[in-house]
Amino acid sequence: MEKISYSPNDFRNGNAVKWCAGCGDHAIFNAVLKALAEVAERLDIPREQFAFISGIGCSSRFVYYMNTYGFHTIHGRAAAIATGLKTARPDLSVWVCSGDGDSLAIGGNHFIHACRRNIDLNLILFNNEIYGLTKGQYSPTSKLGKVTKTSPFGTVEEPFSPAVLALGANASFVARTIDMEVEMTKNILVEAACHKGMSVTEALVNCVIFNKGTHADFAETKALREERTIHLRHGEKMLFGAERNKGLVLEGLKLKVVTVGEDGYTIDDILTHDAHEESTVLHSMLASMRYPEYPVAVGIIRDVERATYDAEVARQIEEQRAKGPNKCANDLFRSGEIWRVK
Amino acid sequence: MNVVIRFSGDSGDGMQLAGTLFAESVAQAGQSISTFPDYPAEVRAPQGTIAGVSGFQVHFGDTLVRHAGSDCDLLVAMNPAALAAHRGYARKEAFFLIDSDSFTAEAIAKLGLGDTDIVAHYDIKPEHIIEVPITQMTLAAVAEFGLDRKAAVKCRNIFTLGVVLGMYGVSTEYAGKVLEKRLRPKGEDIYKANIAALTAGENYAENSHLIGERDITQRCNLPKGDYRSINGNTATAWGLIAAAERSGRPLFCGSYPITPATGILEELAKHKALGVRTVQAEDEIAGICTAIGAAFGGALAVTTTSGPGLALKSEALGLAVMAQLPLVVVDVQRGGPSTGLPTKSEQADLMQALYGRNGDSPVVVLAAKSPADCFDKAYMAAKIALERMMPVVLLTDGNLANGTEPWRIVDTKSLPAIKPPVVSREMLEHQTKWKECFNEKGLFNPYTFNKQLVRPWAIIGEKGLEHRIGGLEKRAVTGTISYEPEDHAFMNSVRRERVELAQSIVPAPVAVGASSGLLVISWGSVYGQVAEAVEELYEAGENIAHCHLDMINPLPIALDDIIGNYDRVLVCEQNSAGQLTLHLNSLIAGCNADAFLADDAQPFRVDELKEEFAEAINEIEMIKKSFEPINDMEHGKDKLLS
Repeated sequence: MEKISYSPNDFRNGNAVKWCAGCGDHAIFNAVLKALAEVAERLDIPREQFAFISGIGCSSRFVYYMNTYGFHTIHGRAAAIATGLKTARPDLSVWVCSGDGDSLAIGGNHFIHACRRNIDLNLILFNNEIYGLTKGQYSPTSKLGKVTKTSPFGTVEEPFSPAVLALGANASFVARTIDMEVEMTKNILVEAACHKGMSVTEALVNCVIFNKGTHADFAETKALREERTIHLRHGEKMLFGAERNKGLVLEGLKLKVVTVGEDGYTIDDILTHDAHEESTVLHSMLASMRYPEYPVAVGIIRDVERATYDAEVARQIEEQRAKGPNKCANDLFRSGEIWRVK
Repeated sequence: MNVVIRFSGDSGDGMQLAGTLFAESVAQAGQSISTFPDYPAEVRAPQGTIAGVSGFQVHFGDTLVRHAGSDCDLLVAMNPAALAAHRGYARKEAFFLIDSDSFTAEAIAKLGLGDTDIVAHYDIKPEHIIEVPITQMTLAAVAEFGLDRKAAVKCRNIFTLGVVLGMYGVSTEYAGKVLEKRLRPKGEDIYKANIAALTAGENYAENSHLIGERDITQRCNLPKGDYRSINGNTATAWGLIAAAERSGRPLFCGSYPITPATGILEELAKHKALGVRTVQAEDEIAGICTAIGAAFGGALAVTTTSGPGLALKSEALGLAVMAQLPLVVVDVQRGGPSTGLPTKSEQADLMQALYGRNGDSPVVVLAAKSPADCFDKAYMAAKIALERMMPVVLLTDGNLANGTEPWRIVDTKSLPAIKPPVVSREMLEHQTKWKECFNEKGLFNPYTFNKQLVRPWAIIGEKGLEHRIGGLEKRAVTGTISYEPEDHAFMNSVRRERVELAQSIVPAPVAVGASSGLLVISWGSVYGQVAEAVEELYEAGENIAHCHLDMINPLPIALDDIIGNYDRVLVCEQNSAGQLTLHLNSLIAGCNADAFLADDAQPFRVDELKEEFAEAINEIEMIKKSFEPINDMEHGKDKLLS
């Protein structure tokens, strides 16, 4: 067999990309193209076995730019449609492109159940904390008090954190990235694809038109990202800052930011990230961290192995096929009580 | 001669089992049968209350039986509540077989009749009451097996079964065989006790000279073949399984549990050995969406539901229309609106199936007419969906779902072939059916159409056919997003005409009976009662015919001519708006059908139908006799106006 080899551009179909100039989605798109070339090679998957499913929203236009099989579906339902596809076709690499409105508002139910089932999908959740395609209404991830067209006096509802919600639904792979960190995004998506089971990658993206700079406090420049985010890596100390001297410790039931060498804290006090830990407690605490109290956690927060829905369905089918008395429909029709009219 | 028997008792009394075994026993004896269970809405309502009464009706005879019967001839009542709850389903002169042991003063008092005599209250002729001490006789029959009292009393249903089998001279052999299979694994004592009860019941009937209204020595003249009893939900599931096998497309069902459709999902979930994949989805929307995803992946995709669920699925059903994906949606209708009457049947989702979506979103709508017919219609729905790349809605209902009748087992090889338009790159390069299927760069154009306006089904995994589909309007051939006026107009016409072209797959309807006079049109589960009523009147010399519709969208062209031959058209359906009536009157030029409706969530009674038909025939005759010249003018005017 020929070794599978693609360049990132093999995965784009050449259609003009129509996101606004400066939209964070462009960066995610580039990272996905790079990730796919790598995934195809690493997992030996030809291009025709990739399927991209999207819902509705700016991010969901994604599929129209891909040179793979793609399905731009209806608002909120991409995860459900992808669930059916992956169950029917476990051989495919199935990706879901969705936004904060798509997956956490109208499609919240499908999102949490896909996480719970641990079906082997790769879901990229483009979180710009706003409804962009409908031109600027608050979303379930908009910050409390956010003034938008539908909240002229500020919102009065607490936002969801997508990563925390995914963890609450027992997702087996949860990661967070920032649009500008193309290399990090690519690396996360490669790991997400290699992970067997549901992967949720929350991509913090900037909507330049309706929610400009919503992540800017911690994400705008490389310097800010170094100081105000923490890149979690499995097996490594939870350190951040340009000098990598700030870190996280657990005190009581809370995380605390400390500086190594100050107040008696040493490097040994700093937590070591264990993405493979079964318990979601610490992962949820990390995912919940908000600037300015904490650095915002990016990287792979959780990556645990558990049985996947699609593989379990396939296993049951093989088992039943091996032992089932019915080999075809005619066998089934003739099982049970039958009488003959002569 | 046909007989209707209704077994009724507490929901824990095992009436469903007794009724089923009785029905299958008489079927084995060569009778035509149809059955219907009448469950209470509550799973286990308090014992001895009317809310807790569970019934099972069996209609059997030596002439063709097409429905579960209207009023019963014999009501088996295991307690006073059963008599109270189901007296209304019995003929005025019916016989009543009661467990005299359970008709205690205390149990009767629960009915709240005061001092009124129960027999008089329910207008029963005293000589039509067959009192059998069922509880005492059962306890005596099973005494030697050492069951505790509760387990011993549970054998009452089988004793009763034995009595009724004995009354009609039907062998207990079949029931004994089934009980052996079911009960032996649960314990030898339970099994033996039930057999003893069965025999004791049969002996009791013989010794007390209890004789039913007829014996069953005469066999019904049914087509030769092997039969089994089947309910509509199982038949639906099996029709889909057969279609998957014949089409070579794996079967996928995404559904959410909902009464009375759940049985289809339950049945399909059993058959992983046949490669059937089921997803019990998180909601109705996910049910259809998982199915749409599976269709994109090349499956025979199905979602099953009832009316409230169809409402939730409507947006996604539009997506399947837009994306041109094969999909079977089974709506097992129940009484509505809203939660409505989950355990009662109605045909009130027709308009929802036809029109209940945003935009112009035509779908094929089929309806099954009997439990066994659900097999054929499910198969047909799958064939149309797969071959024509579009969703098909199959309407069944609660009566069909739970009702049973004998199904002549088919060999899947005898079923019509199903040929989905599955393509590979190589196939497309060597064919002429789909023009312009590649663009100048050699890339695949997903929206090229063949003569039936069907696009090629390029299933994910096919090299060189990568493409994108979606819910946004598209341009033909390339499938790129387009909001251009001419593209939308063209695609609208393609979607509409593709549905119209499906009528060549379904056999055209015919009128059975007279060639003029009154034409009775029906759809769905009212078929049996309507067919019987029309047949009886026609055989009595009346000018009446019956036309039953299997396909409601598109309306068969043949229907225009049929309707044109008759003086009057009467549509019988089980809803309160006359949904098919409205549909026919709006789509068929010159059609001015009247509706005869059952709007009480109860099936039609053959007697009431005959009465209505006779009246309609009478009116036609009267008009013809008295106003012949005027009638012609009126007729002409009608045509002019329409």
